[in-house]
Amino acid sequence: MSMSKEIKVDYLARVEGEGALHIKLKDGKVEDLSLRIFEPPRFFEAFLVGRSYLEVPDITARICGICPVAYQMSSARALEKILGLDVPDDIRKLRKLLYLGEYIESHVLHAYLLHAPDFLGYESALEMARDHPDVVKAALRLKQWGNRVMEVIGGRSVHPVSPRVGGFHRAPKMEELGPLLTNVKEIKRTAFDAIDWVMDLKYPDLNRDTEYISLSSKDEYALLDGRIRSNKGIDVPEEDFEKVCVESQVPYSTARRYMVRGKTPYLAGPQARVNLNHDKLAPEVLDKARALGISFPISNPYKSIIARMLEVAHSVVEAEEIIREYRPPASPYVKKEPRAGEGAAITEAPRGMLFHRYSIDSKGIVKKASIVSPTSQNQSSIEADLLELAPRLASMQNDKATWLCEQTIRNYDPCISCSAHFLKLDLASE
Amino acid sequence: MSRDGKVKLAVYKFSSCDGCQLQVLNLEDDLLELANQVEVSYFMEATRRAQPGPYDLALVEGSVSTPHEEDVIKKARDDSKLLVAIGACATAGGIQALRNWSDVELFKKIVYPKPEWITALKTATPISQHVKVDLELMGCPINKNQLIYVISQLLRGKKPYVPTYSVCLECKAKGTPCVIVTKDVSCMGPVTMAGCGALCPSYGRGCYSCFGPMDDPNPRSLIDYLTSQGADKGEVLRLLRMFTGYSEKFRKVVDEYE
Repeated sequence: MSMSKEIKVDYLARVEGEGALHIKLKDGKVEDLSLRIFEPPRFFEAFLVGRSYLEVPDITARICGICPVAYQMSSARALEKILGLDVPDDIRKLRKLLYLGEYIESHVLHAYLLHAPDFLGYESALEMARDHPDVVKAALRLKQWGNRVMEVIGGRSVHPVSPRVGGFHRAPKMEELGPLLTNVKEIKRTAFDAIDWVMDLKYPDLNRDTEYISLSSKDEYALLDGRIRSNKGIDVPEEDFEKVCVESQVPYSTARRYMVRGKTPYLAGPQARVNLNHDKLAPEVLDKARALGISFPISNPYKSIIARMLEVAHSVVEAEEIIREYRPPASPYVKKEPRAGEGAAITEAPRGMLFHRYSIDSKGIVKKASIVSPTSQNQSSIEADLLELAPRLASMQNDKATWLCEQTIRNYDPCISCSAHFLKLDLASE
Repeated sequence: MSRDGKVKLAVYKFSSCDGCQLQVLNLEDDLLELANQVEVSYFMEATRRAQPGPYDLALVEGSVSTPHEEDVIKKARDDSKLLVAIGACATAGGIQALRNWSDVELFKKIVYPKPEWITALKTATPISQHVKVDLELMGCPINKNQLIYVISQLLRGKKPYVPTYSVCLECKAKGTPCVIVTKDVSCMGPVTMAGCGALCPSYGRGCYSCFGPMDDPNPRSLIDYLTSQGADKGEVLRLLRMFTGYSEKFRKVVDEYE
């Protein structure tokens, strides 16, 4: 008798955006697997054409409400390269601080409000909060601190108004940043305790030979800039992104997808970053990881939550340092007249490399725009994980199999809003 | 109402960036209290437990831009006693409404290698263009303090008060010098609904109207002023056609000007 099974998730929960999954198993083998992103296409790269270069960071921020700063930073840097504009170190530090605030906000949102409920068997963090109120409250305080960093510098945490090409419309005064330090000791303790908390979670086993790709820098834990590196020999400048990460499209999804060298899935994001760049984490974070027996690379994708919390602790440490040394820059931004040209840049969004390429004319009007989000890069890896997992699903009860598939997808903190430019589970056994 | 007499809350997403829903999760201290006071019956970004309607209160984020969304919004309306549209996408179409002045088939070709696999309506339009909306909360994103105030008022059966006046009044109240007068910066403040706390001018830049039109705006007068200060047509059109450019009060005047 042939055994078949069908897993269907029509609208994946606890992810940012809309997606669906369909898996069809026959005699324990996968007959069909599709991760379908039905997030409506919004056509940013089309309507950016004809806009002024100065509007681009404000407009691209609207691709994602969870990581707007990533869009502002990648676009600003790509445009600055066209203008031949180098921002001075004090403005760069302030950009980094804003970005670290976004890492804290975005990672804690995902780790605690979206991902952790899977490990403990809750439908949502709100339900988890009834049994673990202190855990959820501490996480919310941590997330709030990240949001406050963004509010002080950017005016608000969702779609900050201050960042611009060349720097900021206004740099915060010292007395505006100062209050962030009043509870920083408690925030730091919360961030380090969170690493202990995620280390105690029970992790399903999954290991797949994976190529990790991220920016790397010899000077720091790469975030704003660096070279594209991988654990399998890639080492190229950011402009060469399209040469190593090659685009394809499938009929069942509005997200474009990417393969390394056009052939195999690869992983971008926190797990890739800590695996490639852990030696640049703040020393006290690295000490903590060693004390807890964390070894790199972290290869189990369910443990991406550990990578996320290492980055949160790192972000708090680095943010405190920047705030303590802060002196307002002489000028909040550098101005340079537009000139015709083309430029590309990558920054490390919380979910992974975010690539932007623009060409503008001599008046600064956008002629062409190309944007590659981290989730579209990770989509092939998510499917590869699900394929690896599939034989186990055949013997599981349907509701448990479905939940495990969802959890596997949530490992990636998929931001579907970004990539439709992600998910319903539809697991079928006939 | 749920069995224990709590208000049943639904949060819907249409074409959007998720930022307004995120403002619900950004309520931080108030989030757990809100979760105690209401039953979160449908909120896909926060919970995998999706309970069927009817709901007492629905918050709707995003604009309608696909045939599928046209169907979902009608069902959402049928399932919800009160429906509140939240954010620039739901109230004005949002930034993706820029396609409404262009050709979506061309847009598909620009963005996707296989445009024939993409389904999208010619336009991205506000929720009110499809179903009756009980209240509109503007902003890109919405102001979370305004959101919690509106929810609290509705939970107590009271009518929420939302501003009808312009951002200029917020600048005056804050003591922020007018950026048009003092910095010669183009600013949408005079025609834009208050609610953000005049954020952009306090950061030294002009308002880009992410809260959309105030109650009775005069965009024509603003256009004339900008033109008298030397702005060319392209600049004026770009300023007035951004996150809320497709709202009726802006659109009619700007289309006529063009």
